[in-house]
Amino acid sequence: MKRATQVTALAAVAALALAACGAAPEDDETTGGGEDTAGGNSDFSACMVSDAGGFDDQSFNQAGFEGLEQAESELGITAVEVESSADTDYAPNIDNLVQQGCNLVIGVGFLLEDPIQAAAEANPDTNFALIDSSFSDADFNPVEIDNAKPILFNTAEAAFLAGYLAAGMSETGTVATFGGIQIPSVAIFMDGFVDGVAKYNEDNGTEVKVLGWDKEAQTGSFTGDFENQANGQNLAQGFIDQGADIIMPVAGPVGLGAAAAAQGAGAKIIWVDSDGFLTTEYGDIILTSVMKQIGPAVFDTVSESVEGNFTNEPYVGTLENEGVGLAPFHDFEDAVPAELQDMLAQYQEQIIAGDLVVESTNTP
Amino acid sequence: MTQQAMPDDAGTPVVPPTAAPPSHTEQATEPPAGQTILRQMLESSWLVSLLAIVAALVLGGVLIAAADPEVQQAATYLFARPSDFFEAVWSAVFGAYSALFQGAVVNFSAPDLQRALRPLTETMTVSTPLILAGLGLGIGFRAGLFNIGAQGQIILGGIFAGFIGFTFSLPPGLHLLLAVLGAALGGAIWASIAGVLKARTGAHEVIVTIMLNNIAVYLVAYLLTTTAFQRPGSSNPISPPIPGSATFPLVLGQGFRLHLGFLLALLAAVGVWWLMERSTLGFRFRAVGENPHAARTAGISVAWVTVWVMAIAGALAGLGGAAQVLGTEKVLTAGVAASFGFDAITVALLGRSRPLGTVLAGLLFGALRAGGFAMQARTGTPIDIVLVVQSLIVLFIAAPPLVRAIFRLPTPGGPTRAERHAARRRARATSSTTPTTQEAGA
Repeated sequence: MKRATQVTALAAVAALALAACGAAPEDDETTGGGEDTAGGNSDFSACMVSDAGGFDDQSFNQAGFEGLEQAESELGITAVEVESSADTDYAPNIDNLVQQGCNLVIGVGFLLEDPIQAAAEANPDTNFALIDSSFSDADFNPVEIDNAKPILFNTAEAAFLAGYLAAGMSETGTVATFGGIQIPSVAIFMDGFVDGVAKYNEDNGTEVKVLGWDKEAQTGSFTGDFENQANGQNLAQGFIDQGADIIMPVAGPVGLGAAAAAQGAGAKIIWVDSDGFLTTEYGDIILTSVMKQIGPAVFDTVSESVEGNFTNEPYVGTLENEGVGLAPFHDFEDAVPAELQDMLAQYQEQIIAGDLVVESTNTP
Repeated sequence: MTQQAMPDDAGTPVVPPTAAPPSHTEQATEPPAGQTILRQMLESSWLVSLLAIVAALVLGGVLIAAADPEVQQAATYLFARPSDFFEAVWSAVFGAYSALFQGAVVNFSAPDLQRALRPLTETMTVSTPLILAGLGLGIGFRAGLFNIGAQGQIILGGIFAGFIGFTFSLPPGLHLLLAVLGAALGGAIWASIAGVLKARTGAHEVIVTIMLNNIAVYLVAYLLTTTAFQRPGSSNPISPPIPGSATFPLVLGQGFRLHLGFLLALLAAVGVWWLMERSTLGFRFRAVGENPHAARTAGISVAWVTVWVMAIAGALAGLGGAAQVLGTEKVLTAGVAASFGFDAITVALLGRSRPLGTVLAGLLFGALRAGGFAMQARTGTPIDIVLVVQSLIVLFIAAPPLVRAIFRLPTPGGPTRAERHAARRRARATSSTTPTTQEAGA
């Protein structure tokens, strides 16, 4: 035992020593750095504060982070990312970023509404952006702030198409959806999904049921957080036991638990936020994804600011500006009937044209 | 009643808590094992606490260096040009810790005096709930109760404070007073559940308070889905802001977040000192903590003390919740208690459950947290390092022998270095009858 420990330690030291044997880089290489290669905007700093989920949440914090990283590499700006570990961290984090001279401070998530609003009012020379929430005054009326831009997504439009698709693809006549926490930016997916199924029933005289969300009452199934995958698995298994064969989890990484349950039962998943075929390992059971393009929206906001064109006008991602959308079917390309694909394309056009409005009380 | 019972105890006096080097012979009277461990942690010397902090910061520095990309880069050619490696290590660790200091105490690069001094006030602001909850936990520890339910008690305090704050409209002053009292009541009720269960049924307070923490977390999450706790016209789980009539006044005006809650915490520390050192009630608490069997024999109702200790601890933690909701954040969200309830356990242990120690330890943890924000923003050092340093402090404090071994300190109660030398000299003197003169050199 002791000998084994010694051998292991020796091997580890040897490995470290060998790894340290590389040649030193030339001096000019070390001083140059990669900062200035992509453009001359390194004196513009764009900063981002995560919510308590952190930037590794495989969901909207991560999407925002990737947008900022893209801006750093393509526009050559200086990006500063700061993670919050609790709700109490937002205000100090924002304050520190403002103090160190960030030109644009982006807050991720509705929980940062109050701190961003307060910071924007106290620091008129700094620009701010807030993902997934707009601002309101003391009487809870919407308010515009000169130097703060809300970044919002009307995901109901894309989720409507997903619901229509799910209803058309269901063999059991039952589909399901559930959320992580009941907040407007989650419920709006579920509203659109329910409406899409209802539209399919109306068009085809079918009676496809949706489990997990009652749009009228605004009540449904939620796992309670965006972390515990086991809860997602249990909830999804419950839906499968009730006959659901297509499930849309709106719960970030908790959806992975649902995917595990679906894989075992031969059911399908509709992923949300990113294209789950590319970002998860459950590509073979992911029918499609309701995409919410947070990354590109962040990138656009940063690049407008760099060019000096920052406006406080809210950005609302829609099917029209491709801020939201349905991902390709990938493996299911051949399985989705052509008529159904035509109907989806038709409805997409109607929504873009404004002929069909997907209504939701959670619309931003 | 207690007074007349005490003369019986005169032979084995309750250790006066202020006595610095406790006589370790008392451990012969056998209180329950859990309490022995607790007491050993509380009785280790100030030096051990201080060295635990130093050791934790050094290890934290190693982690900062290891996580730094430039250090990793330089390490690949360590032998070709070692100076690069050591420069990178130095700049990473020094940069991070100097940002930590400037974010927690004084910001040297600030444009004006207000910004330069703000970090110190931030430290005080962040430390407020830690001190309040830590004081409550400290009372429990000294009474032999390992209450780890401060998190839930802070949340309950926050719920009560918030609800009274945003629901009613009352004159300023009165409104604040009611909200603060409500918070103390909320925390006290929550903690008393564990106290009553322990007193009546013997249910262990560790288990019960952990479970009550979980219940509190889900309770606040549930309440925030109801319209009574949400902002009109919104279904986000966030309460309406607390109106000015129920918020703690700012101590240094706009531009600083420091509010009257910090002074409340200092006042509470004085109150706890009086309670524990000067009042009969506190005397009974300590007696039960020292040895419940002896206390019972002396006529103290252990069950009664258990409930009271928990209620007071809960009230203090509830005030911590009030400081958060009515002072720092001015709003109730599910995460308003952050991890203050758990950090407060460390604060109480680091402060060895004494009011002054708890205030100082609370300020240290407040400084680590406030400085952590600046460290992350300026140098990109993950804020997790701060959590690691905090955790390491707990680890070292929980294992005093480890700290003594690292810094080669003598074991308390054991022979000192001089005594060991003397013993060795005697031993050698007896084995070889001729006294040697080499000893002095050795």
